[in-house]
Amino acid sequence: MSERSSASGVNDFAFKIGTVNGTGSASANSLLMQAIFRMGIPVTGKNVFPSNIQGLPTWYEIRVSKAGYTARPENVDLVVALNTATYAKDVAAVRPGGYLLYDSSWPLDDTLVREGITIIGIPFGRMCVEAFQGDRERTLLRNIAYAGALAALIEIDMDIIGDMLREKFSKKKALLDANFTAIRLGYDYAKANYDCPLPFRLDKLDATKDSILLDGNSAAALGAVYAGATVGAWYPITPSTSLMEAFKEYCERFRIDPETKRRKYALIQAEDELAAAGMVIGAGWAGARAFTSTAGPGISLMSEFIGLAYYTEIPGVFFDIQRTGPSTGMPTRTQQGDLLSIAYLSHGDTKHIALFPANPEECFYLAIEAFDLAERFQTPVFVVSDLDIGMNDWMCPALKWDDRYRPDRGKVLDAEDLEKIQRFSRYLDTDGDGIAARTLPGASPKGGYFTRGSGHDKHAAYTEDADAYLEVVNRLALKFVTASTAVPSPEFLMQHDNGTAAAIGIISVGGCHAAVLEAVDRLRGDGRSVDYMRIRAFPFAPSIREFIESHEHCYVVEQNRDGQLRTLLAIETGVARDRMSSVLDYGGLPLTADRVVSGVLAGEGRSAILSDPVILSETKDLLSTT
Amino acid sequence: MTSITKPPVRHPSLPKNALGLTKREYEGAMSTLCAGCGHDSVTAALVQTLWELDLPPHRAAKMSGIGCSSKTTAYFLRQSHGFNGVHGRMPALATGANAANKDLAYIGISGDGDSLSIGLGQLCHAIRRNVNMLYVLENNGVYGLTKGQFSASADVGSKSKRGEANVQPPIDPVLLALSLGATFVARSFSGDKTQLVPILKAAMRHNGFALVDVISPCVSFNDHETSTKSYRYTRTHYHEIAPVDFVPLRREITAEVPDESLVTVTMHDGSVVRFRKVDSDYDPRDRDAAYAYVRARQGRGEVVTGLLYIDETAADMHGVSGTIDRPLVELPYEELCPGSAALAELMAEYR
Repeated sequence: MSERSSASGVNDFAFKIGTVNGTGSASANSLLMQAIFRMGIPVTGKNVFPSNIQGLPTWYEIRVSKAGYTARPENVDLVVALNTATYAKDVAAVRPGGYLLYDSSWPLDDTLVREGITIIGIPFGRMCVEAFQGDRERTLLRNIAYAGALAALIEIDMDIIGDMLREKFSKKKALLDANFTAIRLGYDYAKANYDCPLPFRLDKLDATKDSILLDGNSAAALGAVYAGATVGAWYPITPSTSLMEAFKEYCERFRIDPETKRRKYALIQAEDELAAAGMVIGAGWAGARAFTSTAGPGISLMSEFIGLAYYTEIPGVFFDIQRTGPSTGMPTRTQQGDLLSIAYLSHGDTKHIALFPANPEECFYLAIEAFDLAERFQTPVFVVSDLDIGMNDWMCPALKWDDRYRPDRGKVLDAEDLEKIQRFSRYLDTDGDGIAARTLPGASPKGGYFTRGSGHDKHAAYTEDADAYLEVVNRLALKFVTASTAVPSPEFLMQHDNGTAAAIGIISVGGCHAAVLEAVDRLRGDGRSVDYMRIRAFPFAPSIREFIESHEHCYVVEQNRDGQLRTLLAIETGVARDRMSSVLDYGGLPLTADRVVSGVLAGEGRSAILSDPVILSETKDLLSTT
Repeated sequence: MTSITKPPVRHPSLPKNALGLTKREYEGAMSTLCAGCGHDSVTAALVQTLWELDLPPHRAAKMSGIGCSSKTTAYFLRQSHGFNGVHGRMPALATGANAANKDLAYIGISGDGDSLSIGLGQLCHAIRRNVNMLYVLENNGVYGLTKGQFSASADVGSKSKRGEANVQPPIDPVLLALSLGATFVARSFSGDKTQLVPILKAAMRHNGFALVDVISPCVSFNDHETSTKSYRYTRTHYHEIAPVDFVPLRREITAEVPDESLVTVTMHDGSVVRFRKVDSDYDPRDRDAAYAYVRARQGRGEVVTGLLYIDETAADMHGVSGTIDRPLVELPYEELCPGSAALAELMAEYR
């Protein structure tokens, strides 16, 4: 693993904060990240948290990158250790030559002192006990105190912090004063006792003015609002829960009838994911734009209903915020482990449209695209995100809206259309694109038909006749081919403009994107010739096969153990598996550029054509290496 | 779901309802159930009910799961949309459809396997949400399509066709619904159309979840001497507590001789349900009493029938959640999208 310690400097470093969950550190961490962002400096925050409500270790990693890289950092220059239970781990996590800031109210055991790092002790706990009353206030304000110390050590603009505190506590004078006191406690102590700033520090830039800080689940929920979705049904599951909660908040703001104060949306907390899927399908059948948000275990439970919706051709949008599986797995860690199961979810021959956002910005735009595709193709559409994208705040371009947008409702015959035709046949393809027109219940006596998961012919009548059955399922296959040209195309980052393929072809998907982009820059910086393709949708556009075929060898970077994307590419494009090597990282943390670079270089270093994956996760305890 | 198209025979003198439709126009495909199946009688009662209620066929949505009972949605209202979903999951489909379009008349047909085993959870939660729909549970105590296994409503000691006795206690949909806060609970018998039709009418007009448990014998697998869900057993153990009369809105209620045993309940749309109390102490507006009565009679092997409980004051799913009056599917996109200015404002908050 390459060390990036030498690279750290002004506006280019990383630090992480180890605390105990449930103690209110999240708001202090957001404050720090947002303050840096408001200083105009590109910043990324990753929350590494336990599946627990209170009392277990939790970390927040902040990376500052003047170049605008948003991937998780491999090494940290400064660790803020506030949880005595993880002191050992936190000391070990500091890169050689780096710094440890810790709460010296609980002195560090001599055995933990490490050569080659600088230790900064500040008695946050003791100072807060002296300054504030009550356990709760002392605990909460200790977080603000360490934020103050950091402000001194890395030169966060105190005016910006002041403004943010005033915005937050404008109506709570006592709290505002307490927060100011706490910030000064940390800031003044650091200034008085240590050399400030540290060698790596912040310096105002103007690189964030068109950007926002937003998590992918909120962005996806906002996309559902803008797409005109009216029915959301869900069952709570980490890490997808915040998507529906955000939808609720946006609806309470944007979807309340001004006169009656009543809701222009329906949000149903279902009894389980089976029911949530059924509600989405029922609402889609009735003509609403409906969706659910879930994670891997929910996807498994929904699979029967998904097969029904595929075969009966009912639209619905399914957000899968992937987490580490199998089974309950690690619910608060990220992974891309549902790619294969989603592509072919359910029994029988089933295939589904899936979109793969790479960041919160894309969660918004692809959510809207998903609703359009679902109605146009009358089928379930999956938006496959992950915990890292969904729950972390990312810096991304501010979202924009074109007021000319109108939903693509697909082929829906209303009463007037039905009057013009002799007979309505629900599953009759009159256009040759594999898509038959549908009707909505209640529209017209001429539009009635029977929706059934049992064998049906093109008129929607029950059948056990082989030819009548085949006519329908073969048309569904044709519909899927049509979809491959309608889904979002891959994003390409080619070394040459003239069509010459680079020596190295990298393929990735979803949340890997940020790390791969950085890795491509580094590999190119080292003189390697690299092309990069990011897949944005399934079914695969023809250009995906062309990219793989035009490269002698490709690396498929993804976050699961079995190289699911590579398998899917091999199945669906027909390109031999051994033309693609896997670079895999699946320990549950967001991917880093170092891992991509070392994976690709390890592959390049091998003499034979690779078919064995380069596995980056196998023996590492990822938490201890950060 | 085999279905055979019925020959289009229309007798010119067939009576018409207020919409000018004959009963034929409320029928569906030819039933493919066994001759004598109780479910076909329920279908016939539904056809009569919907015809007499002047329901525009295309304004109804038929929802069902899987099983013999669920097949019957193909046998009535051919002009309506129907949805034959997956086993035990009809309530979720109906809930979603109702959330999207509250103005359709939702007619759910299920069976004891679909509702009380695989779909028990969904039934319970549809009751809790008070989804505005008719939910007919065609109850025969047996799995017909898979040829004769006991269902969860089979009574202890009731024997299968092969002579095996059921040993597990039954789940009674009526007691279940009462305990879950259902706002309309009835039980009837497929062999008693006189009782079933007015109950179905009242259920259709109920603003909320209306459970109608209909004992509907399976002639092929559960109509033998030792079964407690047979025609014979049901007829001999039948106890009707409160004969129901349904008075639609458009019919004027004429003055009648005061009758103290008569209870009237005004439905959401203004129509009226009248009960004649057979047992003077029975009040279908008292949930606890209804529960105790049904349970006590059940202990004596009696099948209590009639409109057992009704609460016309409770809000349905939309009422509880405060949804707008217009169905969500009818809201134009312009009313749903906050637009670019709102987004720009929101973006400023994320800085």
